[in-house]
This record gives sequence, C-alpha cells and structure tokens, in this order.
Amino acid sequence: MPETIPSDLVLSGISKQYGGQQAVMQLDLTVPAGKFFALLGPSGCGKTTTLRMVAGLEEPSTGSIRLGEQDITGLRPYKRPVNTVFQNYALFPHLNIFENVAFGLRRRGIKNFKPQVDEMLDLVELGAFGKRRPSQLSGGQQQRVALARALINQPQVLLLDEPLGALDLKLRRQMQIELKRIQTEVGITFVHVTHDQEEAMTMADTIAVMNGGLIEQQGSPAELYDLPATTFVANFLGQSNLIRATIIGQSDQNLVLDVHGRKVTVPLPRCRVTEGDVWMGIRPEKVFLAKAGTEQSNGVNQLRGGVVTDVSYVGVSTQYLVRLPWDQELTIFEQNTGARDALVVGDQVDLHWQPSHTFVLDAEQDALAGVEDVDDAGGAG
Amino acid sequence: MSAIGQLGATAPAPKVKAERSGRRRTAYLLLLPGGLFLLLFFVVPLVTLLAAILYRPNGSIETGFGMTWAWQNFGDAMADYARPFGRSLWYALLTTAFCLLLGYPLAYAIAIKAGRWRNLMLALVIAPFFTSFLIRTLSWKLLLSDNGFVVDFLQTVRILGPDGRLLATTAAVVTGLTYNFLPFMVLPLYASLERIDRRLIEAGGDLFAGPFTTFRTVTLPLSMPGVVAGTLLTFIPAAGDYINAQLLGTPKQRMIGNDIQRLFAAGAYPTAAALSVTLMAAIVVLVLIYVRRAGTEDLV
Repeated sequence: MPETIPSDLVLSGISKQYGGQQAVMQLDLTVPAGKFFALLGPSGCGKTTTLRMVAGLEEPSTGSIRLGEQDITGLRPYKRPVNTVFQNYALFPHLNIFENVAFGLRRRGIKNFKPQVDEMLDLVELGAFGKRRPSQLSGGQQQRVALARALINQPQVLLLDEPLGALDLKLRRQMQIELKRIQTEVGITFVHVTHDQEEAMTMADTIAVMNGGLIEQQGSPAELYDLPATTFVANFLGQSNLIRATIIGQSDQNLVLDVHGRKVTVPLPRCRVTEGDVWMGIRPEKVFLAKAGTEQSNGVNQLRGGVVTDVSYVGVSTQYLVRLPWDQELTIFEQNTGARDALVVGDQVDLHWQPSHTFVLDAEQDALAGVEDVDDAGGAG
Repeated sequence: MSAIGQLGATAPAPKVKAERSGRRRTAYLLLLPGGLFLLLFFVVPLVTLLAAILYRPNGSIETGFGMTWAWQNFGDAMADYARPFGRSLWYALLTTAFCLLLGYPLAYAIAIKAGRWRNLMLALVIAPFFTSFLIRTLSWKLLLSDNGFVVDFLQTVRILGPDGRLLATTAAVVTGLTYNFLPFMVLPLYASLERIDRRLIEAGGDLFAGPFTTFRTVTLPLSMPGVVAGTLLTFIPAAGDYINAQLLGTPKQRMIGNDIQRLFAAGAYPTAAALSVTLMAAIVVLVLIYVRRAGTEDLV
C-alpha cells in the first residue's frame, strides 16, 4: 500500500505439490526492494507457480513468504500489497479502460480516484482511450492497460506473468524498454516471470534461473552469462561449448585440465569442481580461430586439429562449426571485422581462448540440459 | 490507349456480375425449403389466427363464423379473462425467479467448482428430458397427492395440518412450473459461466476484491448473457403453459393457457384467438423492454 517503506520479498523453504507432482522444491529466494527481478526458466519449471504463490493464488505446501516484517504466507490475495499483470492481461471485458484501471482503487474505497486514473493512463500513454473497451485495443495497448491497472495500486511488489508473451517480436522489444523505464520511474519491486532469456537479460537487475522446481543459479545477467553454475544455465542462457575433460593438476591460482590430450588451464574461482571428470565450458564468441599451426602466445588455451564443417554468414558475424579430432563439433561466433579472410568448409584450424573465459562444471550434469529450450524461446509457455 | 484501358476495365464486368447473381441464387435456393415450410405452417396459421379474432363472436363450428370485423372481441376477451391473464404472467414471473434462485448456484457449481464431476452433473440436469413433460408432471401429481407419502410425512411432523394439502394449490403449480423449466435456466447460465476466463476472477481477487465483491463486480456482470437467455427461456414458455395448472392446480389456479385451450376445444375461436394474440403481444413487449434494459449486447 502507499507510503510504506519498500521491503524485500523473502521466500524461504517454499515448495508446492500438485497431486503427486512436485512443482516447486524447497525454494529460497530474496528479491531486494526496488529491483527488477526475473524468474527465468522453461515452461513447467515452476516459475509461474512460484509467482502465483507470491500473489496468493496458490497456497505453498511448505515454507513461508515474507514481505519485510510481514508474513503474507496465509494471506488471501485481496489482502496482499501485491498486484499482478496476468498473462494475456485478464482485463475485465465488461468494463471500459478507465474502469479497469480504477477497479483496485474503488475496491479499496478510495473516493477521489479520477485524477489518479487519468495520471496513470497518461503514464502508459493511453490518456485518450479511457472510454474504450479492452476488445477495441491492440495487444500492446491491452498490455499497457494491464500494467496501469496493477501499478495504480502502488503495490510493494508487482508480479508480471509472461507479460510480453502474446506480443510480436518488434512490439516486445519496445515494451521491454518501456517496462524497464516505468520500473525505474516508479521504483516498485518487479518480479517478472519469463521463459525468454533475452527478455530477462534485457530488463532484469537480477535473474534467478529455474529448472525442474529448483533454482539453478541466481545473479546479475552478466554474472550468469560469464560464469554459469550448471550445464543448464550454460545452455539456457545463450550457448555454450561443453567439452569433456579431466583435472590433472592444481597450482595456487589455476587448475590444469587434460582435454583429450591437451593441457588447458582455468582460474580456480571459475571451477565448480576441483577433481575428477568435468565439463569444460567456453562461450562461442570467446573462441578465436587461427590457421592450423599458428603459434599463440603463452598462457592462452589452445586446441589443435580442428576442421571447419559449416559456415553461416549472419552479417555482423559468422557462425562456424568446427569438428575436433574426437568428433565433437564446437560452435564459434566471429565478428566480421575484416581482419582475416573468411574461412571455408574444410579449412584446418586451431582454436584458442583466454583461460579467464573458461568455466568448469561437474561432469555428473547433463551436457545437453537446457539446450532444446533455446529453440522455442519465442513460443508461449 | 484509353480505348484499351476501357476495354480492359469493362470486359470482365459481366462475368463478375453473373458470378454474383449466381451466388445470390444459391442463397435463395438454400432459404427456399425452410421458408416454404414456415410460410405454410407458421405464417398461414398466424394470419388465420389473427383473422379469427374478428369473426362473428356468436358463431360456432356448425353454423360457421364469417368475417364481421368484430373488434369488440378483443375488449370482451380481455374483460372476461383479465384475471387468468394476470395470473399467468405472475406465475411465470414467480417461476422465473425461483428458477434463477435455484439455477444460478447450481450452474455456478457445475461450471466453476465441479471439476471432474462436471459432465455427470450436466447429464443429470438434462436427464429429465428423457421422459415426456406430461409424464413428469403426472408424477408430480402423484407425489403431491393427498395420500402420498410427502403429505403424510408433512402431516406427521405437523408442518401441514390434518386437512392440509399440497396438490391443488398455487404452490403446487409454481413448483411444477419451476421443476419443468429449471433446465432451461441452468443450461444457458452454465454456458455463460463456463465461458468466463478464470483469470478474470483471480484478477478481481488480486485487485483487492473479496470473494463476494468479485462475484458482484466480475462474475455476475459477465454471466448476464446467460441470465437474460435463461430468464427468457423460462418466462416465455411458463407464461403460456397450461399442463401444470391443469394437473397440479384447480380452476382457481388456472392460467390463460387453460382458458385458451378450453375455448378452442369448445369452438369459441374468436375469443381464444384474441387471448392467444394478446398473450403473444404482451410477451414480445415485455421481452423487448427487458432485453433493452439488461444491456448485454456487447457481451454476447
């Protein structure tokens, strides 16, 4: 409600069971006040269930939800200082835009709501649309009404359930910027549920990546991208090359890995495990290609004996597939700077990259986790 | 150049025209069978009915009627049958109200709360239609009869006096009507409630409306098309019904349908026709006013 000190949203030990299905497992999550927080994951990962538990639309099987000092776990939805922007908006079709936006204020018995509603409609640039019905508005406009209807109540936390899922790509980009602007302007905590990693990266201050009812990793977009904690995060956020390797030695700052017969070093803080079999990961744009036999300066990781098997020219960059002697294909993105002639299929190449761009993950994990989900990132979920 | 242009522009025109008239002919052909049927079995009888009002009032089937433009038949009929006429509308109104009171919660439960029982419950609502309307009303007569177990029981627990009856009362007639027309209320209500996006109800809760307020401000307004359809489907046939009044009531409960039926059987065509047409006109006027006032055009 208005004029309260913004407070953190804290979920502790939250789990949710449907029948025998475990939708959310022992979730601990702190959403800092005033931040744009994204819950990212494929459909069915429990992110929407988590959101609905915060909204009060589902009751957690175990655990508690607190908003600052207040425990809201058992509170009915209409008593929570939390509002939701629903997937597909859920605008009231029997009310015009003005009445849709005024709904929350009316229910709270606020008498002089007209100036507030007008102001809110102006904020979302729909000042002239008050008299229209939701069905007379475009998808983007409906989306903004849904946002206005929730924001006008000045909730402590605004929940957004795939708010941009129904919009086309261009409009989605616009609304991403718009949402971020509004969030900065009003300073309310936003919790945004999405399956679109690009959307989460563009808008969120902090992202929690969910998979199978668990949080895989949480951090800023740059942290997650730079140093994924699991193979799922490595594959779901952008793309990764994961190569089987074995740890063979350790210095005070680095681990030494054996990658199919070649030695590779990785800084210790970038390793999730320090002995045994591992996945060595490297992002496609961090790998450089050189003609076979080219000598690299010391301290650079190198793999030799690659053969270019596919070249896709994308304009700003070129995407290569390179087969290594152990029959694994790596993806490499190269900016088209013009510094070197483009490679063609069949060229012999060596690969090299900075040790500080390498990451090491537990070999127990599935190297393909999160891969398939990237393909349908544009679909609804 | 211009000649060629003109040629190009005009040449295909006749073909388009031919195609369009061909399409229109198909539409007329499709309308033909149904149209003929309605003309023969609806329009002709209706005109006959309208004409019959103005026949010689003291004619009979044996002596013939003859058109005498006897406008006074209208006035006479209304003067003689104002009470059953008003009673019909009153019973129909009561029936509609009871159907709505019983039907709304039922339809709501089936549409929103029933879960996997939904289809079974719907089937149970429709189940009475497997038996004829007449048979079902006759069983009500048996059920409410003076020697029936219902009356026995109510007399034993002293809710009814020793001479108390259920049959042959206004309550029996309205109960029978309510029973018979309840499915016509429940089904359209169910259809409109079931169509409501559950997220709208959640959105109400999310925006500080408690369960009752959400019902009043979201669910009920969105189900108005069902309420309108259900009340019309109940009120209209109930106003014209005569089976319930005949089987469950006495002459004191007789409705306009009973009189019309009796008058037709007795050969008093002009009066019967006048009453029929008046009932029809009254219902049309009431329905028009009602639909206008309900204002559900943009929800349907």
